[in-house]
Amino acid sequence: MTPRLLEIENLDVRLTAGRAARPILDGVSLHVGRGEAVGLVGESGSGKSVTCRSVLRLLPEGAEAAGSVRVDGEDVLTMSAARLRDLRRNDVSMIFQDPRASINPLRRIGDFVTEGMRAGGMSRDDALRRAAELLESVGIREPRAALRRYPHEFSGGMLQRVMIAGALAGEPRLLLADEPTTALDVTTQAEVIAILTGLRGERSMGLLFVTHDLELAAAICDRVYVMYAGRIVEAQTAGGLFDRPRHPYTSGLLAATPRLESDRPPRGVPGRPVSLAEAPAGCAFAARCAHARPACTRDVPARREIDGAHVACLRAEELSHD
Amino acid sequence: MAGRLLRRAAGIVATLLVTSLLVFGSVQLAPGDPASFLLGGRSASPSAVAAIKEQYHLNDPFPVQYAKWIGGVVTGDLGRSAQFRQDVAGLIAARLPTTLWLIGYAGLLILVGGLALGALAALRRGVVDRTVLIGTGVATATPSFVAAIGLISLFSVELGWFPAFGNGSGLGGRISHLTLPAAALALTFVGLLARVTRTSMLEELGREHVEVARSRGIPGSDVVRRHVLRNALAPITTVTGTIVAGLLVATSIVETAFGLSGVGQLLVSSVTVKDFPVVQAVSLLVVLAFVGANLVVDLVQPLIDPRPSHPKGGVR
Amino acid sequence: MTALPLHRRGFLAPLARVAGGDKLVTAALAVLTVLTVAAVLAPLIAPHDPDAVDLSATLSGSTPDHLLGADQSGRDVLSRLIFGARTGLLGPLVVVLVSTVLGTLIGVSAAWHGGAVDAVLSRAMELVFSFPALLLAIILVAVLGPGPTAPVIAMSVAYAPYVGRLARSVALREKGRPYIQAYQVQGWSGWMICVGHLLPNIAPLVLAQSAINFGYALMDLAALSFLGLGVQPPAADWGAMINDGSQALLQGAMLPALAPGAAIVITVVAFSTVGESIADRVARRER
Repeated sequence: MTPRLLEIENLDVRLTAGRAARPILDGVSLHVGRGEAVGLVGESGSGKSVTCRSVLRLLPEGAEAAGSVRVDGEDVLTMSAARLRDLRRNDVSMIFQDPRASINPLRRIGDFVTEGMRAGGMSRDDALRRAAELLESVGIREPRAALRRYPHEFSGGMLQRVMIAGALAGEPRLLLADEPTTALDVTTQAEVIAILTGLRGERSMGLLFVTHDLELAAAICDRVYVMYAGRIVEAQTAGGLFDRPRHPYTSGLLAATPRLESDRPPRGVPGRPVSLAEAPAGCAFAARCAHARPACTRDVPARREIDGAHVACLRAEELSHD
Repeated sequence: MAGRLLRRAAGIVATLLVTSLLVFGSVQLAPGDPASFLLGGRSASPSAVAAIKEQYHLNDPFPVQYAKWIGGVVTGDLGRSAQFRQDVAGLIAARLPTTLWLIGYAGLLILVGGLALGALAALRRGVVDRTVLIGTGVATATPSFVAAIGLISLFSVELGWFPAFGNGSGLGGRISHLTLPAAALALTFVGLLARVTRTSMLEELGREHVEVARSRGIPGSDVVRRHVLRNALAPITTVTGTIVAGLLVATSIVETAFGLSGVGQLLVSSVTVKDFPVVQAVSLLVVLAFVGANLVVDLVQPLIDPRPSHPKGGVR
Repeated sequence: MTALPLHRRGFLAPLARVAGGDKLVTAALAVLTVLTVAAVLAPLIAPHDPDAVDLSATLSGSTPDHLLGADQSGRDVLSRLIFGARTGLLGPLVVVLVSTVLGTLIGVSAAWHGGAVDAVLSRAMELVFSFPALLLAIILVAVLGPGPTAPVIAMSVAYAPYVGRLARSVALREKGRPYIQAYQVQGWSGWMICVGHLLPNIAPLVLAQSAINFGYALMDLAALSFLGLGVQPPAADWGAMINDGSQALLQGAMLPALAPGAAIVITVVAFSTVGESIADRVARRER
């Protein structure tokens, strides 16, 4: 059996430094197949970004990771620095939340798009030619002229396209997207998503899409993982998630989303989200859960498979969510 | 762009006009008869006093005197020194090479030392950073004449490596005679530049685009060079204007301490004997050089930071 | 009897707050306290008359009688150092007081009035910036003659824009805040708002800048004395002592020049340490 494109197994991340020492991720396991689009959904502080960044070994300062993060069977956490640079350049690329902050404002667009290719030894002319093609493929007009311009001459949406072009330069097999549309206007969000999903399909790349927007994730992904307080609480197909959410937190998130087609007003999840460090014993969601039982606060519920869905809830079988 | 340049040029001309007026007018403010200063305290016959008054246009009203002086300055006639009985232009020209060598040498030390120490401190947190921080703290607090004394006592008197006084001749002699003066001149500014470099590099190191560059597999040295150091240049360039101004004036102290006959030393020796034409000319030269240095900084700034408006650093 | 400790705590509390447990800042404050005490009580502390000549001790180096040796005229270096702290601290103190008041006034007026007033004041500050402080002092010495007066006046003027620029930018920022507008709407006079609300907000940063300026003023004034343009011999002054001592240096006597040099460096380091710690504190509070 060939290894999966991305396989995260039992990933624990904790900060070890001094007073700030605290756990961030606990036993996170997820996988992305070749050409598969996978969503990772959660509120801020749930650890979704840390999970995503760990694929490139971009851990917070002073953090320690246990478990494994394998790309094509190769463990990212233990590979050499040289191999890691190679992986970042050619195998896995990431698109960040705020393109304005993520692209060096003092260097030309061309420098940004070609930088990885140049570091890989490509000649300047070849890299520029390729960069122009990439800019064209993300829908930037007059790509040759755009190469010579500076980031401040572009809108946020256009810059995010530049970011995508830069991410595609190394022809990666896996694309990580960390809330790529959160910092953009609503109208440009849709365009950027369309470009992203279109190119992903053309190039049959795997995608790990991190967002707080469950509906967006369901719309563009094959499968969705839901995270809460540093743990994965549910994993399902996108369709299954909407039809039959298994975890009370997931159904809470769905109920909290306003919907045009429904007369029912959105209901918020009571209480506030916690991080892993603040989470009490047992199920971290228990304190906000309407269905919690005393048993819920004893042990962390294990992830179990129920009808093809994976869920970490003690009462998953008895509760039927609409 | 053209409008901005034009406004800038007008500002410079205005600054120079006002400063030259202040510099020239200071003589008029001085208590006592200008003619007696120009005679250097010597008693002179009435006809000699009249000749002096004629030569320095002292009988004209102030605006006319100023106009004649500034007219002379523009045509390269800086007046005549009472102390040396020579043309001021010639006096300055003879001493300028030494001063320029000194500034150039010190500038090189500042640039290399300041950037290297600042970058080292920013990239090697911990013991190295702490050491550089303390070292630069002491360096910025060491005025050039104290540095001069320390360097002379260590390298001339104790070790005998470098001469303590004099200009030296030939390239080798010049360099060996100017090494201690240049080091004394540079010390404070090495500390200043190192601190500015460290601060602005640390700020850049914390930026998201630096982490993004790392996440894209760019080798660490390239990230530092192309993203950290490159972006830290803007505040560094701003502070160089301040450094140039400081250097120009500090040469007078260092040249006096090391007995170098340069323009700075000429200024100091002229002040003590109230040789006003020299004081006026050198002061104007310093202001001119200072304004010129800041103009260069302003013109270079857009090349470093292409964004239309960026916060202008104010570091002393 | 109980009032005394209370009073003492009241006096030391701001110092303790500046130190904030930082060893370096505590040491800097200790240095400044010792210097101030030495300057004030110089006649009581100094082992010798600073001008008394003991020819047998000329360039003696450290002896039990002259801990830091004697200079080429046979005067006790330690005593001259202690007396030198008086002019050494008094000059910069005047410079800092005048430039702080002047700068704050200019900066706050420019920010408060804006428009033409701001344009004129800002231009004037820029003009003074184009005169390096030391050059201004040298020109003024040429006019008024050597002595501490001309340098102190020149430095006071030259340092005012540093304070003024800072005060202006902080005042502009504060002025834009809603609470100031709220006071204006309530009909408070501009003067009352500036004194009652703007100044207290500007004060910590200006104070930090002034502490740093103190060190710079001390260096510049000492440099002028070293050049023979400031405090005139035979008065005990650190800069003048270095000038005197530089001749002895070549004869192998280091202390007469190095001791005042060290005094200058230590004092300036102490002032900038305190100034930077205040500035850091303000910056952290802003965040």
